Formats: sequence, structure tokens, C-alpha cells
Amino acid sequence: MNSELSTTNTWPGQARRIANGARKRVLDLTIDRNGCYLSQTLSSADLLATLYTKSLDLGPSGGSPIPPEFSGVPGDDGAGYGLGAAYNGPRGPGFDRLLISPAHYAVAIYAVLVETGRMAPEALDQFNTDGSTVEMIGAEHSPGFELTTGSFGQALSQAGGIAMARKLRGEAGRVFVFMSDGELEEGQTWEAVQCLNHYDLDNVIVCVDVNGMQYDGATEEVMTIEPIPSRVEGFGGVAVTVDGHDVEAIDSAIQDTVHEGKPLFVLCYTDSARHVPMLNERKPKLHFVRFRNDRELADARATAESWGPAE
Amino acid sequence: MEIVSKPHEHNLVAWAKDRPDILVLSGDLTGSTEIQLFKDTYPDRFFSMGMAEQNMLSWAGGLAREGFVPFLHTFAVFLYRRPLDQLEMSVCYPNLPVRLVGFLPGLSTPGGVTHQAIEDIAVLRGLPNMTILEMGDATDVESVLDATGEIRGPVYIRMLRGDVPRLFPKTEPLRLGRARVISEGADLALITSGNCTEEAMRTTAVLAQRGVSITHLHVSTLKPFNDPAVVEAVARPKHGVITMENHVVTGGLGTCVAEVMAENGVGSRLVRMGINDTYAQGASFPYLLRKHGIDALALADRVETMLGERLGIGEDELETVRLQEAASIGAERLEAL
Repeated sequence: MNSELSTTNTWPGQARRIANGARKRVLDLTIDRNGCYLSQTLSSADLLATLYTKSLDLGPSGGSPIPPEFSGVPGDDGAGYGLGAAYNGPRGPGFDRLLISPAHYAVAIYAVLVETGRMAPEALDQFNTDGSTVEMIGAEHSPGFELTTGSFGQALSQAGGIAMARKLRGEAGRVFVFMSDGELEEGQTWEAVQCLNHYDLDNVIVCVDVNGMQYDGATEEVMTIEPIPSRVEGFGGVAVTVDGHDVEAIDSAIQDTVHEGKPLFVLCYTDSARHVPMLNERKPKLHFVRFRNDRELADARATAESWGPAE
Repeated sequence: MEIVSKPHEHNLVAWAKDRPDILVLSGDLTGSTEIQLFKDTYPDRFFSMGMAEQNMLSWAGGLAREGFVPFLHTFAVFLYRRPLDQLEMSVCYPNLPVRLVGFLPGLSTPGGVTHQAIEDIAVLRGLPNMTILEMGDATDVESVLDATGEIRGPVYIRMLRGDVPRLFPKTEPLRLGRARVISEGADLALITSGNCTEEAMRTTAVLAQRGVSITHLHVSTLKPFNDPAVVEAVARPKHGVITMENHVVTGGLGTCVAEVMAENGVGSRLVRMGINDTYAQGASFPYLLRKHGIDALALADRVETMLGERLGIGEDELETVRLQEAASIGAERLEAL
């Protein structure tokens, strides 16, 4: 891993540094709290880092570096709106939007927000503590979240409504949706793809973390979703398959793929034990990683220490 | 009695004229939910969403977040049964101005159990941020969109279609959270909603001739349910309170009234007329109302029981009030499901 900690200031080097920094923060948190959504972070960190540092035009964070406490659900007084989305930059006709679909990836989002300077490192201390918006399974008050998507498969349809609205208003900004592969099992996902195609919503770009894992185990054992590319194409999307740990390949797929009149799906095939090889022996049950004994904990600490202190 | 043809179809088009943020989403039932005229008039604001209600509900949430006000049109069952999670998480939690226009309330469809929204109010009453409105006549239908204008969050409208009777003067629009007082009297309080109000008015017309005095309220706002007129009405009657609804008795109007009575310490007897904890079959509306005991004759029977005297009200007498509607119900059944 250290060989990948490029110190150059080119964007791929920065993206890799951010991704690995996020991995380290979540590994530390997993050790500290005796459990966390670690594997999701390990698989998606490079994709998220690419989105935040290179592929999207987000603008600076408008969120408070230390997130405010939970102030209430969205109500008649208008309170509670846009708190989480502010970390992804301002709303404006030209800006891209980043919508997070699998809310169980919240800690990965938080860690990347910290690594990209959109949130203070201390914010992670609030993770999953009572009264905090830095919730374990985020909602729209949580940093980086514009939608409330802990029930899977609903973000893509909401993104469709947002993308349709933006087209009606003639806005140039794109609508990015970060998804997990398990959500492809939800029927609503396919209703959304057919609808995005029906309305030629090519301003929607979906980036899927295909880590092949879900709660019960390996996706291929739980419910077959392959072949994903031809399924996406069959429902009217354009699909590109990339190595989800190759930041340049991810960005190039987003920027260079022609998908006029159709939504683009960038299928990022990833490893849910990326850079923490000790987790390989626990595959495919990695939904919520908790180190089970002293040996595992020692292994995890050794891995974390080998990465050096967080920057 | 005046019968108004397709009041919603015409009202929606007129109402949306200078409101460019109003969009209509169709769940592949355009002709049956009276939005063909909207589609013809404002094609750029009409969106076919196909038979994919989960997507439609979440999609509407996305549009509403961007400042549009989507009006979803389909049969009521398809707005809350299949896509309940989408309705809750994509629309209700974020408290978005999505309008759910649901047709074929309760037993008013020969489409059978799959098409009969008999528990919609019970289900939706448990949803925070949701406003629930039910239409009882053409004036309700023609004024409900105005009434929703100021509501920030989601609104569910139990809508009537086709030939709709006008029970209330055109000059008296629906008012949010305010029941219509149809009559006032000391013997009984009768609280009805939806198309049960018309059914009940057949009975109350005959009861009035028999000297029975009834306070009759027509309720159009089921949630929030905080009209002081209801508290007043249930506190007064000598012989008790009757509710009558085209819905299961668990969780609908009858339950709302029971809660109000309990919370206000009203000790009167309450008789809840409605569908009694059962699903129904496909048949005509009058047949089903009769079978489930929520028609004019059943009401007369209940009133007699509560008063403890037989009034000799027979089917023939009530039928004379019914004749005018027979034609419209017949036409209704011909419409596509």
C-alpha cells in the first residue's frame, strides 16, 4: 500500500492518498468501536475519492466542519433541509450533485469528506453517538447525504426526479448517484433505469461499487445479479465496467463514455478487503466487521500502524 | 340534485393554468383518472410513469425537492399499498409537496379486492407529515386543490370521478380541517365522509320527515383531525353518535371520532358504520354497500335501534331518493379499470 501513497500532486496521486486515508480512518474507528462498516469503505474508497476530487464539479463544502447536532426531522418550518447536502457543495445550475444511495456506506462518505477537507477529522469522533448527525446509517441531515436512503433502491428514482427537474429548467449540472451492487436486487432499481431511459436522462451518472458482497454473504450466493452490464443495457442504460480501484480508469469511464440520451452506469468491480488482507479469510461475511479475538485485533492494529498516522 | 361530469378533470386544468410548477404524473391510468385533458392541454407538464409505482413515488419526491409540485394520478390502492415504503421515505419523511390523487375509494369499484382502497385512511393516518382529504361531492372536488395550496408536505386526496353529485353550494368551498354542518339537531350526531355522505343524506331526508333531529357533519379532512365542530357535535346528542364511512371501521373516520370522544371525556354511545374488518369482492357499489351495511337502509336501521323505536322506513321510500343516481352509477361501471 505504501507504494501507492504517491506524494505527487497529480490528481490520481491525491485521489489514492485520500482513498487510503479514508481506509485508515475507518479501520481505526473499527478498532476503537469494536465494529464498523469497514468492508464497504475498503471497496468504495477509490471510487468515492475519484468522484470527490476529480470527476464531479461540486464546489466547496458549505457544511460546518464540526457537524451540528440533530435538530429535528424536516418539518413545516423548513428546518432540517439540506444539512447533509451542504457538504457536497452549493446548489446551482452548473454544479454536479452527488446522491448517496446505500446509506450503510455512511462512514466511508464521512471519511472521504474528512480526507478532502470538507469536514473536520474530529467529526468522526461523533460517529454513531447519541444526538449526532454523524449517524451510522446516514440520513439527509448527515454529512454528504442529500437523500434519506437507508431503505435500498430508492435513490435512483429520486435522482431521476431531480434530473428531470434539472432538464426542465435547462440546468447543465449532472446528477451522480453512488450505488451498491446489492441494490440491483431491488425491483425499483430497474423501474428507475427504464424510466431514466424513457425520458432520455443522460444527465444521470450512476457509479456502482460492485464488491460482490451483501449481508448474508457473497452476492452470487445470495441472489444472482450478473450479468450486470447486459442487464443495465437491456433496461436502456449504457454500462461500462472498470477496475474500481483504478482511479484513472474510473474517471475516464465517467468523462469519456458516450451515452447520449441514456443514463451511464460505471460498474466499479472492487475488493471488499482492499489493503486489509487479513479480511480475506473472513470473506464473504463482511457486512459489519468486528474483530473477533485478540489475534484479529492485533492484526488490525498492525495494519493500521503500518499505514502511519492520519494526515 | 345537480350531477357534475368529471369535475376533477376540468378543475385541474383550470387550476394549473397559471401554476407552471404543477406537474401531473400518470400511473398508466390516464383515461380512468381524468387527466387526459391535462395531458392534451399541457403536454410538457404531463409525464407517463408506466406501471411502476415504486419508482413513481420516489421520482415524485425528487421532483418536489427541486420545487415542482407533482400530482400523482392512479387508483388509490396503487398509491399506498405497493409503494408504501417509497411514500414514507422518499416523500413523507422529507415532508415534500407531493399530491396523491387516488381514485376508486373503498367499495366504489367493481374491480374487486385488488382495486378497493378500503384501509387507505387507516394506513396513511399513521404517517407523520401526511394530510388526508376525502371528497364527498362536486364542490369538494372543485375546491380541494385550492385548499391544498398552502400545505407544505404531502397530501392524499381520496378522489371521486365521473358523474359526481353536487351536495353543497358551489359558493361554499371545502375548508381545510373544517367539517360541513349539513343539519343540526338534538337526537343524534351523524358524522359521515366521502360518498357515504350522499348515502346518508337520503336517510336523513326521510328521518327529518319523521321528526328525528340530527346533527349531521360531513368530514373532508381526516388528518389532521382536530375540528372543534366535531367535539361540539359529539357532546350534544341525546341518543349517541353514528359514523359512516366507505372504509374499514378500524383506523378510519369512526376511529378518529372515537379518539376525539375519549380524549374529551364524552360518554355517549358510538356506532361505527363501515366495512367490518374484512376484504370485499368485485360487485356494484350499491350491492356492496348493502352487503356491508353502509347504505341508506342500514343507516335507517341503526338510527331506529339507537332511538329504540321503529320508524317504518323502508327500502322503497329511500329508493325514491336514489333513482336519480342510478344512471350515473351505471355509467361508472362501464369505465375501464
